[in-house]
Amino acid sequence: MSTPVPAATGVTPAHLNLAAPELKRTREGFGHGLLDLGERNPNVVVLVGDLTGSTNVNFFAQKYPERFIQVGIAEQNMMCVAAGLAAVGKIPYLATYGAFAACRSLDQIRVTVAYSDLPVKIGGAHGGISVGPDGATHQAMEEIAIIRSIPNMRMIVPCDYWETRKATVAAAADPHPVYIRFGREPVPVVTNEETPFVLGKAAVLRPGGDLAIIACGVMVYEALVAAETLQTRGIDARVVNVATLKPLDTAEIERAARECGAIVTAEEHQVHGGLGGAVAEVVVRTHPVPVEFVAVQDRFGRSGKQDELMAAFGIKAPDIVRAADRVLSKKRAG
Amino acid sequence: MPRLNLDVEQLRERALFVRRDIVALLARSQTGHSGGPLSCADFGAVLFFHEMNVNPERLDDPSRDLWHFSIGHVTPVIYSLMAERGYFPLEDLLHFRRIEGHLQGHPSKHDTRGIEVSAGSLGQGLSVCCGMALGSRMDGNPRRVYCVMGDGEQQEGQIWEAAMFAAHYKLDNLCGVIDYNRKQIDGDVEDVMGIAPLAEKWRAFNWNVIEVDGHDVGSVIEGFEAARRTKGKPSVLLAHTVMGKGVSYMEDDYRWHGNPPSVEQAETALIELGTSLSAWTKRLEGHTAPAVTPSANGAR
Repeated sequence: MSTPVPAATGVTPAHLNLAAPELKRTREGFGHGLLDLGERNPNVVVLVGDLTGSTNVNFFAQKYPERFIQVGIAEQNMMCVAAGLAAVGKIPYLATYGAFAACRSLDQIRVTVAYSDLPVKIGGAHGGISVGPDGATHQAMEEIAIIRSIPNMRMIVPCDYWETRKATVAAAADPHPVYIRFGREPVPVVTNEETPFVLGKAAVLRPGGDLAIIACGVMVYEALVAAETLQTRGIDARVVNVATLKPLDTAEIERAARECGAIVTAEEHQVHGGLGGAVAEVVVRTHPVPVEFVAVQDRFGRSGKQDELMAAFGIKAPDIVRAADRVLSKKRAG
Repeated sequence: MPRLNLDVEQLRERALFVRRDIVALLARSQTGHSGGPLSCADFGAVLFFHEMNVNPERLDDPSRDLWHFSIGHVTPVIYSLMAERGYFPLEDLLHFRRIEGHLQGHPSKHDTRGIEVSAGSLGQGLSVCCGMALGSRMDGNPRRVYCVMGDGEQQEGQIWEAAMFAAHYKLDNLCGVIDYNRKQIDGDVEDVMGIAPLAEKWRAFNWNVIEVDGHDVGSVIEGFEAARRTKGKPSVLLAHTVMGKGVSYMEDDYRWHGNPPSVEQAETALIELGTSLSAWTKRLEGHTAPAVTPSANGAR
């Protein structure tokens, strides 16, 4: 990451070097999570729509070919085949790009998977603007809004390799359909092998009481960087990682509102209906405080490099800092 | 007795009961589809009372065959077949599409026991059945999987994705049935969006195609047996039917696709079907699903 960052102060998790973090692909976390599961649970099967390598289900395919199902370029069929497999006791994981998983096969998710509440696990790769050069069609930025509006669905946006790996494993134990969103490019590793992951629980990665930065996915790293910057100005920002968008950890969000009095949300997703919307729904209902939203502002993506795009679309750490300034002035104006 | 193997005479009687149920429940609900359910009644009776191994007493029986109506809108025939087969009391049919009942407008897994997967958006069911068939084969389970489709539904692209998949994976434990009544909501299928030549299309997708008279229970029995004998590829029965079959004023008229008969029209229909609205409603109210005896030569 090219963002200049101040030296770590020790408030951020001790293992993490913010200035030079280890970079790792979240899709590898999905692939390795499937390997973990393959060993533990013979009912786990994996389907893919002609994207074996780029969704990293190749690891599973090589080790468990008898439980690997190539569906070809037919996402609608794949979603319902997975539902049928779930109906006879399998735990099917399917993998394709999020743009296809959440959009092209949305009717199949809604009517066949979610209405029947079948435990289909949807691996939505290439989430967010950070997909880069492929451009707007392949940069999925609507999945959170879409998936969290459907009853019975679970929605997870892990922040890094380890969290993706653990979320992938945890999804198998949940009896409901689960959507796991992950990305394409290497991104900073924020958690480590020992960091606990509980579906439905948010995690405070950094304490602070002046404002709370509530983030998901790759924006968790950006939030930690922004918090360091704010601290050099004497502002204590709490950083909350909301990996599970549904069911939402409403208690942790309410606590952030009560204790900090100001919130910035940060997500690599459209501004409407995503993490920001979900957080705002909780805040207005429980403890109304000013909220600012760092997100893609209702526009399609474009080709470019990951860092260039995140900066151009206003979702880097400096954007979070600016949002923090705005929300703090609102808080002061009270 | 999970597989009933009723003989031709008994099956004709079951189909007649199913038609009466359909008309009576629609007369009560005053909402729902008439035409498709009536065209499915005969091959539906063969499926539920002859062909399939199902056990309403033990819904989770791992040896059971699996069935799924991709055309979720034909719930009147689905629910009648289920009730007559003993999945739930006949009386429930009189609460079709009503807030107090469990029989949703389209089949719902979590409302009605025995529905394996909810349905209602056309074109998805064959894919579901592909997953069931493949998963069963992975487990070494010898069960069969049956998928009832509509002819208008063949216009959905996903059907052909699933057709490709089933043939690619040689799912010979999968049997499709197409209710080929040649009508859809907007009119004649060939006028709305032609699907002919349908048999050739399925053959080109490497399926075993069996054409049957969907109202001749003997023809349907033979069709299912031919499907059972076919190894290495999935089979589909093109069941040639007439929309609204059994009710003279509904037959072959697309306007009966999605509408129920009025009470007066239902009375006329039930007289044609050899009973009356009051008599048949009384039977449904009385919970008296008639005892079903398997035919003497039915054991397979």
